[in-house]
Amino acid sequence: MTSETPVRPQQQVERLERVTVRFAGDSGDGMQLTGTQFTKTTAIFGNDLATLPDFPAEIRAPTGSLPGVSGFQISFASSDIRTPGDQPDALVAMNPAALKVNIGDLRPGGLLIVDEGEFTGPNLKKAGYQSNPLENGSLAGFEVVPVNITRQNELALEEVDLPSKQKFQSRNFYALGLVLWLYGRSLDPTVKWAQQRFSRNPAVLDANLRALRAGYNFGDTTELFQVRYDVPPAPVEPGLYRHISGNEATALGFLAASLKSGLSLFYASYPITPASDVLHELSKHRNFGVKTLQAEDEIAAIGAAIGAAYGGSLALTGTSGPGLALKSEALNLAVMTELPLVVIDVQRAGPSTGMPTKTEQSDLLQAMFGRNGDSPVAIVAPSTPSDCFIMAIEAFRIALKYMVPVIYLSDGYVGNGSEPWRIPDMDEIPAIEYQFASASEADSFSPYNRDPQTLARPWAIPGTKGLEHRIGGLEKSSATGDISYDPGNHHQMTLYRNQRVARIAQDIPPVEVSGPEDGELLVLGWGGTAGAIATAAERARQQGKSVASAHIRYLNPFPANLGEVLSRYDKVLVPELNMGQLALLIRAKYLVDAVPFNKVAGQPFKITEIEAKIDEVLGLRGPYELEFGPASVLGGG
Amino acid sequence: MTAPVKNGSTGDGEGELPVLTKKDFTSDQEVRWCPGCGDYAILAQMQKMLPELRIPRENIVFVSGIGCSSRFPYYLETYGFHSIHGRAPTLATGLKITRPELSVFVITGDGDGLSIGGNHLLHAMRRNLDITIVLFNNRIYGLTKGQFSPTSEMGKVTKSSPYGTTEAPLNPARIAIAAGATFVARSVDRDTKHLEETLYRAAKHKGTSFVEVYQNCNIFNDGAFAAFAEKDVRADRMLYLEDGKPMRFGKHQEHGIRLEGFTPEVVHNAPDDEGLLIHDAGNPNTALANMLIHMDYPDYPVPVGIIRQVESPRFEELVQHQVEDAKARSEPDFESLLRGPETWEVPAR
Repeated sequence: MTSETPVRPQQQVERLERVTVRFAGDSGDGMQLTGTQFTKTTAIFGNDLATLPDFPAEIRAPTGSLPGVSGFQISFASSDIRTPGDQPDALVAMNPAALKVNIGDLRPGGLLIVDEGEFTGPNLKKAGYQSNPLENGSLAGFEVVPVNITRQNELALEEVDLPSKQKFQSRNFYALGLVLWLYGRSLDPTVKWAQQRFSRNPAVLDANLRALRAGYNFGDTTELFQVRYDVPPAPVEPGLYRHISGNEATALGFLAASLKSGLSLFYASYPITPASDVLHELSKHRNFGVKTLQAEDEIAAIGAAIGAAYGGSLALTGTSGPGLALKSEALNLAVMTELPLVVIDVQRAGPSTGMPTKTEQSDLLQAMFGRNGDSPVAIVAPSTPSDCFIMAIEAFRIALKYMVPVIYLSDGYVGNGSEPWRIPDMDEIPAIEYQFASASEADSFSPYNRDPQTLARPWAIPGTKGLEHRIGGLEKSSATGDISYDPGNHHQMTLYRNQRVARIAQDIPPVEVSGPEDGELLVLGWGGTAGAIATAAERARQQGKSVASAHIRYLNPFPANLGEVLSRYDKVLVPELNMGQLALLIRAKYLVDAVPFNKVAGQPFKITEIEAKIDEVLGLRGPYELEFGPASVLGGG
Repeated sequence: MTAPVKNGSTGDGEGELPVLTKKDFTSDQEVRWCPGCGDYAILAQMQKMLPELRIPRENIVFVSGIGCSSRFPYYLETYGFHSIHGRAPTLATGLKITRPELSVFVITGDGDGLSIGGNHLLHAMRRNLDITIVLFNNRIYGLTKGQFSPTSEMGKVTKSSPYGTTEAPLNPARIAIAAGATFVARSVDRDTKHLEETLYRAAKHKGTSFVEVYQNCNIFNDGAFAAFAEKDVRADRMLYLEDGKPMRFGKHQEHGIRLEGFTPEVVHNAPDDEGLLIHDAGNPNTALANMLIHMDYPDYPVPVGIIRQVESPRFEELVQHQVEDAKARSEPDFESLLRGPETWEVPAR
C-alpha cells in the first residue's frame, strides 16, 4: 500500500497525550460517517480511544434546524483511555445550528473549525442567531478557524459529473480530510474504505475522494493552522484488534453463547431505539442457524421467546425501557415456569417515551422489581462496549444453569459507544452447560424436581417421550407440578424462586477493587459509568487521596464479597444516571450509608463531575451542584 | 379419516405408530368446568380426534391463554402450556418457528383471543404458521363471572352492562378471513360429530387453521346458540357447508341458498340445484367466504363447516429455508465474523 500522506517536517507539531474532537452538523451532513472514519484511522494508528455518537430522535428533522443536529465525539490518547472525554478540544461545526448546539461544550481556548459558507442569513435564522457569531465577537474565547468548506468542496468537485446537490454531500469528506491532516493521520484507511463502499458508484467515489484530498491539502498548504498535533500510539496489549460498538458486541456475544452451548439462537424483538441494532445484526446471521422474529409488539416478542425457551432453544428478546414495562407480565410467566430466557434492555432516558436517543441507567429497579408478586430474576450489566460480549455469554450461562430469566441491562451509552476490541480467542471461552431431561427419566419425572445444588428444575422439552406435562402461570405443587393453592406449598415455592437466584452468587466472580484495599472512600458504580468513575478515582489517587473504585457487573444477585468490600471503607459514593437506584439497593441490603450522586440529563457523567463530588464527600470542598449547558448535545464523560 | 399417516416427527422413527385411544390423551387431572359446560364436549371431541392424527403424544403441544377455555391443556395427556391472558399465539409462534416438527394447538376464547389478545391472533393468522387455533366463543366472560365479551350482542345486559351494552360485536370468522387465515371453520359444541370432523380437518390443514366453536356457557349465558344449534332445530337453522356441493339445508335438504345481486337469498323447497350457490372453500377470492360469515340466524341458516381453505407458504418453513439457504451460500465462520470488516495488529513491544 503506497502512502498518500506527504510528510512536511517543517510544520510545527505539538505533542499531546490526549485529544477530544467533536464533529457536528446537520443530520444529513454525514457526521456519523466522518466520526467513524476518523475513529478507524485513529485505531489503526494505535491510539487508545473511546467514542460517543449522538444523533437526533427525528429521522429527518428540518435541515439546518437545532433538533436536526447530529454529533460524534472521539477521544484518543497515547495512554489508557476510558471515556469519550468531558470537553472537546476541537469542534467541527458544519452549520450555525451545529455551532449553537455544541459551542457550550468546547473547552475555553479550544479549536473551532466552522464551515463559514453555511453561515448565511437563512441558516443563521434557523439556528436562532440574531447576528453572525463569526462576526460579532462572541467566539473570542476560542481559536476560530473559518473555512468555506462548501465553496472549497464545490471547486474541488468542479470536474465531477454529479448534480450540485449531491456534490454538497461530499462536504463531510472535505472536513474529514482537514481533520486527518490536523492530527497527522493517513488518508489510506479512508481511501481504502471508500473504494469498497462506493465501488458501484464511481462518480460518488470520485467526488468523495477529491473532497477528502482537497480538505487534507487545504490544511497542508494554507497557514490558517498554527500547529498540527501529534498524539503518539498508546501502550496497548498486543493482539488482533477491531473496532466494536456495544450493540454489535452484544449481538456477537449472544451468537457466541449459541456456539458455546450448541443450542440454536432465537431472537424475537420489536423495533425500539436504542436496541434495534441488535435485531439488525442478529437478523443477518441465518447461516449460524439464528432465527429472528420481528414480532407484532413487545409482548409478542417475549411471548415467542418463552415459547422458544420451552421448546429448547437459546431464547432471547430485546428492548428498551418502555418495552421492558410491556414485557413485565410475560417475564413473570418465565419466572413462574422457570424457563431459561434472556431479556436485553438497552436503557434510555425515561420515564414514558422520555428521550429515546439519550442514555440513562434508570431501569435497574424496574428490572429488579417491576413485576407482580415476589418475582426475582437475575440481572447482569455490561460496563463497556467490549464487555457486552462477555456479559452476553454470562447471561445465558446463568439462565441455562439455573433455569431462570436473566435481564441484560445495557444502555444507550454502552450500546452506541464503541472502542477498540482485542478479538477474543473462542477456544479460551468455556462451553455453556445445559441438560435436557431425557425419556429414560419418565418413571420418576416431575416438572419441579429441583437440582439440590442450583435448585433448577429440569428442562423437559416437547418431543421427549414419557415426559408430557403441563406448566403455566398458576402456582404449582413442588412435588407433582399440578396446580396447587396449598398455603405451605406457595410459601415454599416462593422461597425456592428466591433462593435459586440467590445461589447464583456462588457462581459469579467477586467484585474487584481498583486502588487501596481499604480507606476513606469507595466509589461504586455499575453499567456505562465505568470509565468516568475509574478515571475520576484514579485522578483522586494521583492527588494523594484515599479513594478506591469498584464496578458491579452482576446486579442480582450481587457478588458474594460485596458486603465485605463495602465495609472496608469509611464512605461509599454511588454515582448513577438515575435517582439513586443502586444506592437504594446497597443501603437496603448492606445497611451502608451510601451517598448517592445522581445525574439524570440524558448524558453520561463527566469525569470532572465525579472528581468534584469525591472532593465534597471527602470534605475537601463545599456542596457540589451539577451544571448543565443550555443546549449541549453530547457532553462527554 | 383414519388413514394411517407416517410419523414425520422426532418420535420413534419410521413406521406406523401404535394405535392410541381417547384414554391415552386423557390426563389424570380432575376436570373443573361447571357441570353442563360446553367445554366438556369440546374436550371429549378433541380427545377422540387426537388419536386419529397418529402423531406421538410427545409431539403434541397445547398452548392456551387465560379464561375457562384456557384450562383445556391440563386435561390432555400431551405437552401443555397454560400461559397468560391473550398471549398464547405468541408462545405458539416462538415454539413452532424453533420446533417446526411439533404439532401445536392454541386454545383460546372470545375474550382471550379477540379482546386482550386480538393483536396476536391477527398476526399469527397472517403469518400462516402451521398451527391450529380453536376459539371457544360463548359470547360472555365466564371466569370473571359474567361480564360482556367482544362477541356479546349489542344491548346485552350483563353485570358490567346493567343498561345493556352499547357496542357492536366482533365476528371471529370475519376477523380470521380479514387477517388472511388459510383455514377458517366454524362448529358447535352440541354437534359432536361435526365438531370432531372439523377439528380433524383443521389439524390436518398445512397452515394456520382457525376454528370458531359456538360454546354454551350454561351459567352466565345459557342458550346463547340454542335458537339454531339445538338438536331438533339444527337441520333447518344451520347450513352445513361442504366444498364443491350446492348449499342446501333442512331436514330433507329441501331448502337452498342462491345469490340475488350481491345478496344471498334463501330458496324454500328448491326442487333442484339449478341456481343454488356451490360452496367453493378454496377460492382465492374471499367474497364468498365473507358473504357466508355475514349470514346469521334468523335471516339465514348459520353456516358451519369449513368456510375457507387455501394453500399458502408456512412462516416456519420459510424461515427454515432461509437458514438452509444461508448455510449453503456461506459457511458459518465465527472467527471471521468476530474479526469484522477491519482489523489491525498491535505487535508485542
